[in-house]
Amino acid sequence: MIKTLDVATIRKDFPIFETGIAYLDSANTSQRPRQVTGAMMEYFEKFNSNIHRAAYRIAEEATVRYEATREKVRELINAASTKEIIYTRGTTEAINLVAYSWGRKHIKQGDLIVLTIIDHHSNIVPWQILAAEKGATIEYVDIDDRGELRLDQFHKLLERSPKLVAFGQVSNALGTINPAKEMVAAAKRAGATVLVDGAQGAPHQGVDVRALGCDFYAFSGHKMLGPTGAGILYGRRELLEAMDPFMSGGDMIKTVRVEGTTYHDLPWKFEAGTQAIAEVIGLGAAVDYLSALGMDAVRAHEREITEYAYEALSDIDGLRLYGPPPSRRAGVISFDLKGIHPHDLATIADRDQVCLRAGHHCAMPLMTRLGVAATARASFYVYTKKDEVDRLVGSIKEAQRIFA
Amino acid sequence: MSTTAADDQFYREYILDHYKNPRNFGRLENPDISHEEDNPLCGDVIGMDFRVKDGVIEDVRFHGRGCAISQASASLLTERLKGLPLEEAKKIGKADVLGELGIDISPARIKCALLSLKVLKVGAYGLAASDEDEE
Repeated sequence: MIKTLDVATIRKDFPIFETGIAYLDSANTSQRPRQVTGAMMEYFEKFNSNIHRAAYRIAEEATVRYEATREKVRELINAASTKEIIYTRGTTEAINLVAYSWGRKHIKQGDLIVLTIIDHHSNIVPWQILAAEKGATIEYVDIDDRGELRLDQFHKLLERSPKLVAFGQVSNALGTINPAKEMVAAAKRAGATVLVDGAQGAPHQGVDVRALGCDFYAFSGHKMLGPTGAGILYGRRELLEAMDPFMSGGDMIKTVRVEGTTYHDLPWKFEAGTQAIAEVIGLGAAVDYLSALGMDAVRAHEREITEYAYEALSDIDGLRLYGPPPSRRAGVISFDLKGIHPHDLATIADRDQVCLRAGHHCAMPLMTRLGVAATARASFYVYTKKDEVDRLVGSIKEAQRIFA
Repeated sequence: MSTTAADDQFYREYILDHYKNPRNFGRLENPDISHEEDNPLCGDVIGMDFRVKDGVIEDVRFHGRGCAISQASASLLTERLKGLPLEEAKKIGKADVLGELGIDISPARIKCALLSLKVLKVGAYGLAASDEDEE
């Protein structure tokens, strides 16, 4: 029996809801509870100092708190070791790190990289740059009419022995939950290195990286109740050990001599310069918060809200929904209205304090594939209540009245 | 909630009218100037075709897709451009376009309102083979 979230109590931890907003843009960035901002404030006010280098007490405290997040994240995603948990600024930096440090070493002219048409720009552009530099080829797995990946095409592409397969666990634009486990297993059998973009997966579905079997897994703290500027790259240890650093400079070295430098051990080899200390501590508090709720309960709540919203939106004339049915999607609903541009809907919703995303959602190849310039998107999280969905429906009806 | 569409302070009747019934919408055959710009924020596109004779904009059409603000702004602009000397058209500025729209535009929507002006500027200066750029 999965416990249900007590949304009313949860919302009390989020001061921003006192402003009266209906926040339906959590796939973009989540809100942050007092526990997260409090942990950051505590650092600033009680032990603000740099980590890994000072001998005094508050610096030791800062270092301990900073490193404690690593173990929390390791546990959350079930990695084998904290050496496999690299702090980055977010998913984008994590993927760029892999494209730079792994990609430049291993991708050669004529190699194949397999991506998908529903990937976020952050899991497309770094590979495009790498492919152009190396003379590699990129193929994109298409979607079917329901917005789900064409697995037949995926398996066909695997027959061409791609060097790298990279895809999102969950589509940020359509909410499609990709069959990640099956895809990783097939890609590994085909001999590929596999990166899973978990930006929309880790906060909502959760992940067990060892069960998933991927080589790299990237996600952002700010989409899972944490602050901006702190994210995670998980990498299998032997791969990370064999990779060169991404950024270089202070803190990532063992010894520096004029003749040359030896690098620090994992994970610090990939963490050059003064890090986002407060943000990493905040991320640790976010992981604590999510872990206390339980990812099963998070998923169950999102499923309930998504089904409710899907139903409510389906009833509206002239509203077109994109993507799979609610049972096969995460808490993201993309839609558009006949005769009303998504930006106009977002402007009208904003007047009702309903925060709604309108645009291409950093997934322009997908928008092109769907034949639209933009969609409106509502996305949900642990604090979303049905009343917020009702307010969205009200804004949609108001927009339809204005544009009638 | 007792307001009617006609008295909405942002989506005013004339804006909605220009959106639903855009003036000078379509393409010209063999235009003297044809230019397209997009709004990278949302992927909206507006293009304009101009027929210019003796330095005067004889005819103009716009095409593309976008929100009510970008479409109404383009429609209003084409009305103003017809019969205007190209040199005069180049002098049209942001304040003119926003003034014509007559509504308070938030920073988030200003690019929508000014997309058609960008098309005009880049298109018109392109014909004059000048490197000047408004942005």
